Amino acid sequence: MSRIAATFKSLRADGRKALIPYITAGDPKPGITVSIMHTMVEAGADIIELGVPFSDPMADGPVIQRASERALVHHTSLRDVLEMVQEFRVDNAQTPVVLMGYLNPIEVMGYEAFAAAAAEAGVDGALTVDIPPEEAGELLSALNRHALNAIFLIAPTTVGSRIETICKVASGFVYYVSLKGVTGASHLDIAGVEQKLEKIHRTTDLPIGVGFGIKDAATAAAVSKVADAVVVGSALVSRVEALAEQPDAIAPALAKLLAEMRRAMDAQNQP
Amino acid sequence: MLTRLRPLCVELSVPTSNRETYFNQPDEQGHFGPYGGVFVAETLMQALEELRQNYEKYLHDKGFLAELDADLAHYVGRPSPLYHAERWSRELGGAQIYLKREDLNHTGAHKVNNTIGQALLAKRMGKTRIIAETGAGQHGVATATVAARLGLECVIYMGAVDIVRQEANVYRMRLLGAEVRAVESGSKTLKDALNEAMRDWVTHIDDTFYIIGTVAGPHPYPAMVRDFQAIIGREARQQVQQQAGRLPDALVACVGGGSNAIGLFYPFLDDEAVEIYGVEAAGDGLETGNHAAPLCAGRPGVLHGNRTYLMEDDDGQIIETHSISAGLDYPGVGPEHAWLKDCGRAQYVAVTDNEALAAFHALTRIEGIIPALESSHALAYAAKLAPTLGREQIILVNLSGRGDKDIHTVAALEGIEI
Repeated sequence: MSRIAATFKSLRADGRKALIPYITAGDPKPGITVSIMHTMVEAGADIIELGVPFSDPMADGPVIQRASERALVHHTSLRDVLEMVQEFRVDNAQTPVVLMGYLNPIEVMGYEAFAAAAAEAGVDGALTVDIPPEEAGELLSALNRHALNAIFLIAPTTVGSRIETICKVASGFVYYVSLKGVTGASHLDIAGVEQKLEKIHRTTDLPIGVGFGIKDAATAAAVSKVADAVVVGSALVSRVEALAEQPDAIAPALAKLLAEMRRAMDAQNQP
Repeated sequence: MLTRLRPLCVELSVPTSNRETYFNQPDEQGHFGPYGGVFVAETLMQALEELRQNYEKYLHDKGFLAELDADLAHYVGRPSPLYHAERWSRELGGAQIYLKREDLNHTGAHKVNNTIGQALLAKRMGKTRIIAETGAGQHGVATATVAARLGLECVIYMGAVDIVRQEANVYRMRLLGAEVRAVESGSKTLKDALNEAMRDWVTHIDDTFYIIGTVAGPHPYPAMVRDFQAIIGREARQQVQQQAGRLPDALVACVGGGSNAIGLFYPFLDDEAVEIYGVEAAGDGLETGNHAAPLCAGRPGVLHGNRTYLMEDDDGQIIETHSISAGLDYPGVGPEHAWLKDCGRAQYVAVTDNEALAAFHALTRIEGIIPALESSHALAYAAKLAPTLGREQIILVNLSGRGDKDIHTVAALEGIEI
């Protein structure tokens, strides 16, 4: 069983939902990413989504774009990110790590070389934002060869037949984008999300994570009621940005927000 | 007879049964060989599908095509003339140079051919809001123009650096009622404006139509923009036969994203005797690294929804480009050009800022036509090519835009403030 599947299985047994924080690797400087990852796990993270910096993050809002820009000042490359995961694995063998990013750095490295290096480093899955299933054939084969999960997005605008197409190739979990827009947007409609999740659940047994628009303990708890996992990104990254000049304060600040979310989610899902 | 041609590109009646044709691209998923395709986040897939279905429907719709033709004739002023630059040809001492005068279109460049088409499509799809990205500002002006005429709300994204370079066009867009939003992210140029427009589209997908200005982006944009721009080559192919009695020996057009070039090239692709040259911006020189020539000096990758040649570093990050001409200052290129390069049908070359400037001045002084700095790149290559050909041979150059917008840039180089 993959680390991701094992994580969801054990959470389900406890009646809990997964908390998945996102940070951009190398933001605000490469040296502190691994220690932030460990802190997030201590604060209650079940899976870590690690952003691979890209110069043109088309699907992200300004907060995560600026995170990429800060990381790229230090030339944080895909290879650097893999090294960070490898370092994280020295002290943590069980928390799944999913790389989230754009296709071009993977294209340049080569699909097979990427999948082999990622598996070697201890990565569990990849969410490549700008590759829909229709274009993903070769990348999927490479990921499968190395037992890496392929995480795909489903959007509010995704029609039924496409949900099927996506769920057929997805593994680990599927990621439902809770609103129309880019990362970091507001206005979350929980009832609308719930309706769509029911539809996705009818298509697949994979756990469903929900992201975009989750900014505090209250929204995390509300989403955890309807989803298997709550993904929080911009809310964390904007704290990194605010503390970019005092990097020592970053891990505690993220831990505080995640712990609040953890508590609110667990309270929400008490039997 | 050729039946696979898309309706907007008909008129060629070349028998193709016994040979390869270049008119069968892209495939249904938008691939030109290994290039093109749809590389976007899931959040955009439905909007692209809706656009593709509507485009393919109206491509066959007589009412739509008639309205497009009428607008091109009476609003844009088509057909644009094909002009024999006799004096300049004589001076260069070789082939006869013919200029396709897209600079005489309403709004001063070829861009309007496409914005008219896409705006009519937007109207038929019931969209009330238009967005676009712009580099030099020509596409922004052409979009703001058609939005004004159709009474549609219009937002133009433009890199903060380009806003400074192209003040006059910014003012033009605002006069036309468009909101110009400065893009401060990344390199603050065309590629960042495109990122920002995509973000806007994802957020306002229900009421908004995104008019991409070049043959890049995800399918169906590269094919759709080509089809709207192919009017350039269809007219030119007819005009040159009427005026010179034969097809040209060579076509020359500048390539940034590549919409004016593909518009000229496309109807000639199966005329194998016609040599095709796309001219990229070599900036300070290809050897300096300060240029915008992905076909000449880049490599394949994925950006802005398609696979194509890119300017990128070893980590797959997109690198900043340089050209004196804002309209060519783009790190990617339309996927059909990438394919035409690989299959050898077209050759891609590059000329420097200085060579383009020399051609700018030459055409202005010798023919009384002030060309855009973008088009000056094509002219500069034609000036190199002409002396290598005989006097009876013909080079057809796409004069894609007029240079009024560039006079501040050129004057500043000469230390003159206007």
